[in-house]
Amino acid sequence: MSATATAGPASESELLAVLQGAFPAVAVRPTGDHPAFKLPVAEVPAALKLLRSQSGFDFLTDITAVDWDVEASPRFSVVWHLYSTTRLGYVRIVADCLSDTEPTAPSVVALWAGANWHERETFDLMGIRFTDHPDLRRILMWDGYPFHPLRKDFPLAGIETPLPDLEVGEITGATVKPAPMMGGPFVASTGEMNLTEAEPRAKDESWHERSEKPATL
Amino acid sequence: MPTDYSFPDSAAKTANAVEAPEFQTEKMSLSMGPSHPSTHGVLRLQLELDGEIVTQCDPVLGYLHRGDEKIAENMTYNQFVPYTDRLDYLAPLANNVAYACAVERLAKLELPERCQAIRVLCSEMARVSAHLLGLGAYGIDVGAWAIFLYTFTEREKLYKLFEELTGARFTTSYTRIGGVARDVPEGWTDRVDAFCDQFLPILENILKLLTRNKIFIDRTQGVGVITKEEAIAYGLTGPNLRGSGVAFDLRKDRPYSGYERYEFDVAVGSTGDCYDRYLVRGEEMRQSIRIIKQVLKNFPKGDWYAKDAVRIFAPRKDKVLTSMEELINNFMITTEGPQMPAGEVYFEAEVPKGSLGFFIVSKGGGVPYRMKIRSPSFSNLSILPKVCQGNLVSDVVSILGSLDFVMGECDR
Repeated sequence: MSATATAGPASESELLAVLQGAFPAVAVRPTGDHPAFKLPVAEVPAALKLLRSQSGFDFLTDITAVDWDVEASPRFSVVWHLYSTTRLGYVRIVADCLSDTEPTAPSVVALWAGANWHERETFDLMGIRFTDHPDLRRILMWDGYPFHPLRKDFPLAGIETPLPDLEVGEITGATVKPAPMMGGPFVASTGEMNLTEAEPRAKDESWHERSEKPATL
Repeated sequence: MPTDYSFPDSAAKTANAVEAPEFQTEKMSLSMGPSHPSTHGVLRLQLELDGEIVTQCDPVLGYLHRGDEKIAENMTYNQFVPYTDRLDYLAPLANNVAYACAVERLAKLELPERCQAIRVLCSEMARVSAHLLGLGAYGIDVGAWAIFLYTFTEREKLYKLFEELTGARFTTSYTRIGGVARDVPEGWTDRVDAFCDQFLPILENILKLLTRNKIFIDRTQGVGVITKEEAIAYGLTGPNLRGSGVAFDLRKDRPYSGYERYEFDVAVGSTGDCYDRYLVRGEEMRQSIRIIKQVLKNFPKGDWYAKDAVRIFAPRKDKVLTSMEELINNFMITTEGPQMPAGEVYFEAEVPKGSLGFFIVSKGGGVPYRMKIRSPSFSNLSILPKVCQGNLVSDVVSILGSLDFVMGECDR
């Protein structure tokens, strides 16, 4: 709403002052563009509410999560992006999940109804449970799918699972098979290895005579 | 004159009858889609019906889920460009531009004016093409077949122009990070100009067929009303949000790719019903043509790629064949991908369906560590359970068409 725009996008220091008053644990997060802050995960709904009422961030654009690697701890971070339709700027809030095996985050559906689907998607693909979510079901994968595909330990090719329709699976004996990435996205490997292994190839799964399909897939 | 009979109020009588116990039947559950002509792709609506009235609507997504975000983590930035075509496959050029802009924010690249102008041209032509299809399909949904034939004739002309520019009609993959794949062909801008001139009167004719059409108005006016507050709460963007009266347009609010150089108006609706959303799309096409005209009028000369971009997309072929360094560079870009600084960026662009956002987490190197695609159709559809409730089944068709979504982008 350019007509009502007055002061331009809120700056990092301005937002930090707003947040620091209520949440002393807030920290500035390195960013490539918009102001970004790190908060303890439990304080996020209150912080978002404060940003909405105090700094005009009335629009929730996105909720997502990042898996910082299987070994990393904290392993999962949830990321919220807000936009202000009056100040025309974004802010990014990042919070680490406390548990690496059963990550949870508080739901903000009570603040923005649109958070419902974003949280369902994050739960579906990344396995973050949003507490107090009214209807936390899978959204892109089918109900009963056993994995969270965007986690770093999930292979690009997929893992063999039963069909969504168990009855059909029983009759036909068909399953959801992983896709060998032959001809898939090619990335060269780096590190100490011989040239054959370092060749640009499907980074994830590619099996042939010399490298067998792993038994776990 | 006294009468011994009365005219009962038929509506009141019906209402009483519905309350009567013999009419209290079970609710019916109906699965609409995933292959239903009005769901424009593979959306399934699990409806609970009380007679003809929808009491509950649960959209079931994921039939077109291809794991684009997972794929992005496993390939270089350059390799992902063709995948962006397949998000909103009705406006691939606009998606290409959005993705390229997002990665350029990460690489901190400044583009020359000519490149920006080409991109604006592409985005606006893609917008016209996407809205034409949306309009044609919406016409069919609500019983106006002819519109589809007219809009597709125009789309065909646009596709011819796309083909001349990019070599492909549908999946264009035209932008590169830091530029575009090639300069515009000779004489192409004149042909775009000629297209605009002949298109404007045809557009008016197409809109005339609907705007004052009694049947169309009956099917759309007052149907599927989304208030300003609801639209913001559900994160609607694009024409759907503007139809509800919020003047939110990233081209105006956060200009990218040189949009600040062009004059155009942001169309907004007043009531937020299906009819308003239709009007907004109609006006947006006029404004897009207005922008295209301005771009063509002062089409800048110069480079069509950023000078620094030679580190990112392959160097010129003649250099590769004559210079050892360029050959090595070419090989490195192809195998390891363009080397990006570490950091987190979030960029949203105004594509025909709304705000298409890319959140990129980079740890350096040629492959993104995590890429989240915020698709406008996904957020736009999340309001369906709310807006379909209490409507007739036939109105659900009208509402779906007016939201103008693409499942390729919704499911990713």
